[in-house]
Amino acid sequence: MIYLQLFFSFLQVGLFSIGGGYAAMPLIKSEVVSGHGWLSMSEFTDLITIAEMTPGPIAVNSATFVGIRIAGIPGAVIATMGCILPSLLLVSLLAFIYYRYKKVSVLQSILGSLRPAVVALIAAAGLSILQLVVFNDGIVNISNLDWIGITIFIVAFITLRKKKWNPIFIMILCGITGLVLNLFMKLLQQ
Amino acid sequence: METKSKTKTLMKLFLSTLYISFFTFGGGFVIITFMKKKFVDELNWISEDEMLDLTALAQSSPGAIAVNAAVLVGWRVAGFAGMLTAVIGTILPPMLILTIISFFYSAFVSNIYAALLLKGMQAGVAAVILDVVCDLGSNIMKMHRFYYIIIMLAAFIAVFFFEINVIYIILAAALFGIVLEILQHTRRKQI
Repeated sequence: MIYLQLFFSFLQVGLFSIGGGYAAMPLIKSEVVSGHGWLSMSEFTDLITIAEMTPGPIAVNSATFVGIRIAGIPGAVIATMGCILPSLLLVSLLAFIYYRYKKVSVLQSILGSLRPAVVALIAAAGLSILQLVVFNDGIVNISNLDWIGITIFIVAFITLRKKKWNPIFIMILCGITGLVLNLFMKLLQQ
Repeated sequence: METKSKTKTLMKLFLSTLYISFFTFGGGFVIITFMKKKFVDELNWISEDEMLDLTALAQSSPGAIAVNAAVLVGWRVAGFAGMLTAVIGTILPPMLILTIISFFYSAFVSNIYAALLLKGMQAGVAAVILDVVCDLGSNIMKMHRFYYIIIMLAAFIAVFFFEINVIYIILAAALFGIVLEILQHTRRKQI
């Protein structure tokens, strides 16, 4: 039963994530966090962090990670199969049409109005991760602000906008800064 | 002789995709660049124009760009067997790496220092994603099409404030695109 749920959840991720890169992220979040509750928002954010630092598509990384945590290695294989199956079928069909008619333009025009929607979905998923950073435990309340997280986010964001450094390098730097600042604050409190 | 050369091609395809997938960090566009270098420039299996078309197809189809590109390159190089070979070569590295990481993850997060490290990195990943969103969003704004901006705003409000299922939003946007295409098509005919 759990195998079927994993399979169909990731089948939907594979079928509806269009545009690559981060496009799968909002879908994975809606299936895995909001839909089935397989991961908490914090675990999901860790997963995105891990996916960012390791090779491979976010969807395949997530399918493996969630699959193993829910149902071991068979779960990982089944979830991954689910997420690549739409690609195998649809892209094979498209390849056939392409070599027959050599036309890509109709698809491109549909993609035109899909792209703004996908950008909005990624923005929304990014903001829910930011919410987790700004508020302790992600609970929205003024008394609950995580000042270290907010500072690191602002500095990292400005650096990325101005300098275009490697994102993996930025993330590692943020991790180390977070660790050092939090330990320092703990020492001060004692 | 035939089968021998085909096995050799498949082997080469498998090792190439495996190698490319192992060493490309950072999403579909990066992997397509590497595939172009390998299959167009190095092995001469695919022409440059064809690779551009395949890239457009891989981007506009559902699913991960890397997997889509593997399907297309695989079919082109060695038919059905080639498609399976290229896909397995592409998904094997991330599966192996994530399997190893997920076994260590529970132990890792229960360590206080590791948890603090990850907490800092969460701030970093939020910055990385919102930086990408700024780039993508400003590209859409630069196109100066009023209805693109409307789609973007409507989709954002629907998912962030009303928590409408992501799939419905994607379907609605696709439907909007199809209707618009038909409208423009009939208008062109009338003129």
